[in-house]
Amino acid sequence: MLIDHPILGPRDSSEFVYKGDAALIRRPDWQAPDALEQFIDYGYLRDNPAGLHRELWFHEQGDRSWLVVTRDTTTHEITSVELARDVARKEGRSR
Amino acid sequence: MGYSGLRVIKEALTGHRGWGPAWRDAAPKAQYDYVIIGGGGHGLATAYYLAKEFRQARIAVLEKGWIGGGNVGRNTTIIRSNYLLDGNEPFYEFSLKLWEGLEQELNYNAMVSQRGILNLIHSDAQRDAFIRRGNAMMLNGADADLLSTEQIKARYPFLNVDNARFPIKGGLAQHRGGTVRHDAVAWGYARAADRHGVDIIQNCEVTGFRIENGTCTGVETSRGVIGAGKVAACVAGSSSRLMEKAGMRLPIESHVLQAFVSEGLKPLLPGVITFGAGHFYCSQSDKGGLVFGGDIDGYNSYAQRGNLPVIEDVCEGGMAIFPMLGRARLLRSWGGIMDMSMDGSPIIDRTHIGGLYFNGGWCYGGFKATPASGFAYAHLLATDSPHKTAAAYRFDRFARGRMIDEKGMGNQPNLH
Ligand SMILES: Cc1cc2nc3c(=O)[nH]c(=O)nc-3n(C[C@H](O)[C@H](O)[C@H](O)COP(=O)(O)OP(=O)(O)OC[C@H]3O[C@@H](n4cnc5c(N)ncnc54)[C@H](O)[C@@H]3O)c2cc1C
Repeated sequence: MLIDHPILGPRDSSEFVYKGDAALIRRPDWQAPDALEQFIDYGYLRDNPAGLHRELWFHEQGDRSWLVVTRDTTTHEITSVELARDVARKEGRSR
Repeated sequence: MGYSGLRVIKEALTGHRGWGPAWRDAAPKAQYDYVIIGGGGHGLATAYYLAKEFRQARIAVLEKGWIGGGNVGRNTTIIRSNYLLDGNEPFYEFSLKLWEGLEQELNYNAMVSQRGILNLIHSDAQRDAFIRRGNAMMLNGADADLLSTEQIKARYPFLNVDNARFPIKGGLAQHRGGTVRHDAVAWGYARAADRHGVDIIQNCEVTGFRIENGTCTGVETSRGVIGAGKVAACVAGSSSRLMEKAGMRLPIESHVLQAFVSEGLKPLLPGVITFGAGHFYCSQSDKGGLVFGGDIDGYNSYAQRGNLPVIEDVCEGGMAIFPMLGRARLLRSWGGIMDMSMDGSPIIDRTHIGGLYFNGGWCYGGFKATPASGFAYAHLLATDSPHKTAAAYRFDRFARGRMIDEKGMGNQPNLH
């Protein structure tokens, strides 16, 4: 698989480490009244869809950026690649 | 009619006209006591033990394709009980004991071959860890044997014990481990279940659940609605897809695992060997092909095929310990979808929905578990209490911090 890195261009997926569902960007608020339930969900439960999946790839053997890759899990086709930083900022998470 | 040597001779003399289909091609009825979803090894074994050990009941196995077309027909056929942790080892040892009597029990030749499995050791620290594992195995009634480099050389003279980076410093052997003809396991359980009256219904995909007031009363399928007293999900790599239809999210990611077979060679590899410094394991099939595999590809996948980097990695691992492998040609490679759980261990449990049960999270090691998984799941379905060897395989272990994490990797499914 080739991942079209927004800064570096197409890179082989084996340069990356796969870190799972991009929903992990939304870490729960530890002070929420139901923080325990939310963290159990966050830590252990996954949608695991067959079809489009937004997922985190860490460019460990490259520029060490984190990417959000949208990929079809039934064909491995990649349709979009964003910097995880941009995605997190858009959601108001990262400063 | 039973299978026996005498029968083979009789059929040979009478033109093989007496053989019939091994199981009926059943059509779905409107209502069953138990509906098992998934005609893989685990689903068929569950149906068999449920019908035989626990009670006479109306039982159906629903399979979306043909039985044995999933992982039970794609795996590398290794059986063993060399686990470390208390939650696992008694279960896998129970499974190995069931394998030892399986062919007589089913009256079916599943080619159970206890040719032994050898985990190679490459460092002093690894030897310590393997000694500990061997002790844990023996405490649970399994066999374990620590071998020296000399003993290994005598049995496997072609191994590269002096590899500069990963010298072979010994090995942990389980002589009762080995291989089983995987397809025959599905067929043997199917035939035996059928003889106990189980309906095996193929080309019948479950597309939804009938849930009323928090209780599951049946399933919607491509062949109509089927009512059920109890519904037992057992679909391995498709677990999340299926349980999503009941509104459940699981502690599971689906990943692809590849396997490989070489051209047929003369007998050279007497048992199963595994590389301890990378991901490579190998056995030789009775047809002569070297059957080998390694790591999962490592990203969520339902594609049943993998990519080239893992093929390269597996072959490099093989070449490191087994250089003559380089002279053999690779015949085929294929992939199957693994239900990788958050701690690398399975789940056999009730769900929060009444009458709906779940069996899954087998990762890349559920073939060896087939008999015990079927037995324990049947026990749970029949008695509503877990079998004593499977009591730790609960859904709530994640919330309660009671993970069964053999490799100590944490909640990262692609590292187990
Ligand atoms: C390449 C590879 C190598 C492996 N090597 C080993 C090994 O050496 N040792 C070992 O112990 N394990 C190994 N495994 C793992 C083992 O094969 C699996 O853990 C085990 O087979 C899973 O249980 P099963 O047999 O019931 O699964 P399956 O055979 O996959 O059965 C599940 C069935 O459910 C059906 N299904 C899915 N969705 C639906 C639906 N909605 N309705 C109806 N039916 C449905 C599927 O069609 C399938 O037939 C390996 C796996 C692979 C892929």
